[in-house]
This record gives sequence, C-alpha cells and structure tokens, in this order.
Amino acid sequence: MSEILLSAKNLSVRFGGVLAVNNVSFDVRKGEVFTLIGPNGAGKTTVFNLISRIYTPTTGEIMYEGEILTAQSPHKIASMGIARTFQNIELFENASVLHNLLIGRHTHRKSGLWQDMFFTSTAREAEIKTRKKAEEVIDFLGLQHHRDSHVAGLPYGVRKVVELARALCTEPKLLLLDEPSSGLNVEETEDMAFWIADIKNVLGITVLMVEHDMTLVSKVSDRVLAMNQGEVLAMGTPREVQSDAGVIEAYLGSVDDVSSLRREQTV
Amino acid sequence: MRFIFKTDYAQDIKLAKHGGHIFWYSLLMLAMLVAPWVVAEYWLAQMTFVMIYAIAGLGLMLLAGFTGLFSLGHAAFLGVGAYTQAVLTNAGVPFPVALVGAAALSAAVGFIVGLPALRVKGIYLGMATLSFGFIVEEVLARWESVTGGNAGKHIKAPDVFGWKIETGNEFYFLCLVITVIATLAILNLLRSPTGRAFVAIRDSEISAQSMGIQLSYYKTLSFAISAALAGVAGALYAHKLQFISPEQFNILQSIDLLLMIVIGGLGSVHGAFLGAIFLITMPQVIALVKDYLPPAIGQAPGLQGLVYGVVLVSFVLFEPMGLYGRWLKVRTYLQLFPFYRKGMFKRQKSFQKSDRLR
Repeated sequence: MSEILLSAKNLSVRFGGVLAVNNVSFDVRKGEVFTLIGPNGAGKTTVFNLISRIYTPTTGEIMYEGEILTAQSPHKIASMGIARTFQNIELFENASVLHNLLIGRHTHRKSGLWQDMFFTSTAREAEIKTRKKAEEVIDFLGLQHHRDSHVAGLPYGVRKVVELARALCTEPKLLLLDEPSSGLNVEETEDMAFWIADIKNVLGITVLMVEHDMTLVSKVSDRVLAMNQGEVLAMGTPREVQSDAGVIEAYLGSVDDVSSLRREQTV
Repeated sequence: MRFIFKTDYAQDIKLAKHGGHIFWYSLLMLAMLVAPWVVAEYWLAQMTFVMIYAIAGLGLMLLAGFTGLFSLGHAAFLGVGAYTQAVLTNAGVPFPVALVGAAALSAAVGFIVGLPALRVKGIYLGMATLSFGFIVEEVLARWESVTGGNAGKHIKAPDVFGWKIETGNEFYFLCLVITVIATLAILNLLRSPTGRAFVAIRDSEISAQSMGIQLSYYKTLSFAISAALAGVAGALYAHKLQFISPEQFNILQSIDLLLMIVIGGLGSVHGAFLGAIFLITMPQVIALVKDYLPPAIGQAPGLQGLVYGVVLVSFVLFEPMGLYGRWLKVRTYLQLFPFYRKGMFKRQKSFQKSDRLR
C-alpha cells in the first residue's frame, strides 16, 4: 500500500509575476485517494495541469513510476496510465456517449492508418474489443440508458459521469478528478462518493482529486493536502487537516480578525 | 418508424445499418450504372463533375467538418493534383500510377500546409491557407517550363495500361469507381480510431490530448488525406476538361469548395455529395431562370455570385446543418407522421462552454 506512485518535488510555476504554485512537494501512494483542497486560486488545478503536462513547471519535477513525468510530451501521459477529468467538463459535444468512451480507448488502439482505411479484419476485431471494454465501463457506472444519447443534450450531472467514464476507459493507474462533485445535487454527489470508493477498492485505481465538498472529501479520501496561495498548508488524514490551525485561518480568517470584528461590534 | 434490434456489437460498426440502407444504396448504384445508356451526354458530363467535386468535397469535409480545420486554399491542392497528373500523363505514365503520384504530391504539400495548423486556429488558419492558395496559383502561372504558364496546358486522354479512355462514358465509369473507393475509405476511417481522433480534435483539443491523441500527428494527417483527395479530384478534373490553366484553381474555386460542404452539411459524408450536386446544378438553374427574369436583373453580371451569397447566408441562418440536416428533418417528419413536433430539432441552449485552457 505504501508504495509511491507519483511524487512531486519542489514544484513551482510562475505566470508572469504570479507565483501560482510555490515549492509544493507531495507523494501519492499506490491505491489511495489523495485530495487537494484549498480556497479558490490556491493552485490546485494548476498542480493538475502540471501532472497532465498542460503546463510545464518553472522549477521542480514530477516523478511517476520511476520516470520523470515533466520530460514527457502531453499526449504520452495517457498511455503512461494517467487519465483526468476537467473542472468544466470537456466532452466531445457533437458525439454520442458511446463515441466519447471509444475515444477514451485511443491509447489502446491496435490498428494503423491503412488498416483503418481498408477496415481490415485486424481493425474490425480491435473495434469489437474496444466496444467490449467501453461496455464494461458503461455497466460499472450505469450509463446504459444514455449510451446512444448525444452529449450536447445531456443534463450536467450525467455529463459529469460520462467524463468519469471516458477517463476510466483509458484503463488508468492514476485518475485525476478535478472537482468531481461541482454542480451535482446531493444524490449525485453521494453516487460520486460510492463510485470513487469503488474505483479505488474494486478497480484498484489510485485517485488524486481536487474537491471543495468536505463531506465527500472526508468520506472517501485517505489523505488530504491543503493549499493556499500556491503553498502547502497542511497534509494528513481529513480529520487532521480539518482541525489544522493554518487551514482554518485560510478558510475563515485568523482569530485576530474575528476578535477585531467583535470589538467593532461592541463599540 | 424503424426499430433495430441489436444483438451484436458488429451491428454497430456495419456501414449498412439496416435493410433500408442496403436497398436504397443498391438502387442508387444501379441507377448510376445504367445512367450512360439513359441520360443524355450533357447530363452525364454534369454527373461526372458532381463526382469529381464530391471527391474534393469528401477531402475538405474530413478536414473542415470532422477535424474542425478550415482551409480557404483548397483549390491549390486541386491544382497541384491536376498539374501533376498533366505532367505525368503527357510523359506517358499510365493513369493509375499518375493518379497515385498526383495524390502523393498533393498529400506531401498538404502535410507542409498542415504544419502552421499546429500553431494557428480559426480565422488565422484561414488566412494562412488563403495565402498558400495564392502562392500555388502564382507558381502555376510562373513556372512556365512545367505548367505552361497562363497559356494553360493540354492533357492527353487517360491510359490505363494500354486501355485508352477516350469517350465520356468510359471516363464516367472511371470516376464512379474512384468515387466509390474514396467514399468507402472515408467511411472506414470515420468508424475507426483514426476518424474518432479527428472528431475528438474538432470538439475539444485539450481533452483529445489528455486522452492520448497526438494533436500534431492527427492534424497534419487530416491535412494530408484531405489534400490527397483534392489531388485525385484535380487529376480527374484535368482529364475531364482536357485543358487546365492557373485561373481554374484560384480563390473562387476554393470558396466554391468551402461553400459546397457548408451548404451540403458540415460533419456529414452525405453533405459532400449533396453540396456537389448543388454546386453543379445551381448554374444550370440560374441559366434557366434568367430568361424569365426582367432583363435588368437577368442579364446583370454577377447574378450567380449574388445567388450563391444569398443561399449561403440563408443556410447559415436557417439551416446550419445544411442540405443533409434538412433531409434528416424531412425524413424524421415522414417517419413519425403525424407525430412530428415543431421543436424536435431545436438545439437546446446548453450552459456556456468552459473557457478553454490554452
């Protein structure tokens, strides 16, 4: 359990004069759910974008299974076993749910350009296999009803699940979930919590997520990393982090602030 | 209403999804096969042109409709194909070899033009391809030792390893065979991982990339395939006209090609064919109607351009999915009669798209 899957060392990113992430280090262990929390603008999504290689760190590096992740090109990340979802849903809008899931199988493609063009038996067999794998994910997340629906017409909650399904289709070892419960209602959030637990326990996939809903965080995460203004505030179990003085200050303000407010009221 | 009972995954990857498809496409094929004995020579020539434009349209459809990259200089690829074919055929190279050469050279040029597409998007890509179109037109006009310059170039009849294709009928069948092959190739691509990668790039580059799709490879590949098809169309075009000159491959031709796929219906293979039919029949229709209009309008220069403009604007406003989209609505109306609802195809206004990561 304690084997380290991904480790970030002294990550910093600077956008012009803004230091979005400042000297952040953490380890994600194999088989755990690791959550990043923090107020808006804390740099959580930036860390995600560093791992999926949309951004390159100014300093520091990310190691993944003994390889330097920051030296890989962005499209290689998926075939290394890292899949992600997006905060604002980035599905392929003008395609069906099934089509989206099949695109998720891209890294496992067996046929080349010419085989595709003539649709040889290799391509045909590969297609059937791809479909079978996609159907497994559909069964896992209960998307049967929406299989042939156009994504553009689906409600937000379902799209969120489709995006999770598409990420699972790549058969990842590490799943990055960027605010899986944002925009979901209470029931859908509970479903999401069950699925995250299932992804960890049944599929054995390590999960790294960014999340604001503390109920969901404490329900599913093994360890939590709290960030503020690009820096690490605290790391530990959900309970430890929630009671950390620095974290409380970042969210609610310091004791001094509160007392100063009080004084104003009494006067 | 037709309900398809699915029992096998293979059913979903078949090209003909049900008996209706098999029946209607067989009927179309049969009609195309007997056409030379039924249709007058003039109309047969028009049908040949429809097929030639449809091949070019398939290419542009793959690029613009499925990969989301717009090219305003596609006539240049048509030109490269046409001139390659002319030079090779006049040098005595058999038709199939020359055709492969024309396609290959166009694809190579398409690959090079695709490189800026890795950096620029939307209107800027349009400008890059537009200027590329001008460059090619200029090269065709100035490189007189090869192209014959503005005086144009004659091309010999196609020679398929000794079988000389000189009559319109024979050439019609040649075009038919090539059109069928090109269409099948595109359909096959679209139902396989390569085609899905194109669609993924069109809809969201950022998530395509995080699904493991190498953007640079697939974008240049799309350009290359698209240019190859345009090159094949250009080669056939050269044979059909037997005479080519640089102004046949100018900006107007590029715009015609783009117009064709937009009116046909972006993002559908049918659209390439419907658009080609529109593009070829429209001048005839205008010519027919001209006589009934008051001379001040009927004889006015630029009438065709005006009609095209009006048609394009009305399509963009009222039927963004083009002729094919209209056909889908008509078909649904007939299938559901009398239960069709007016708002059935109304696009739901979905929440705004995320601000994309750049």
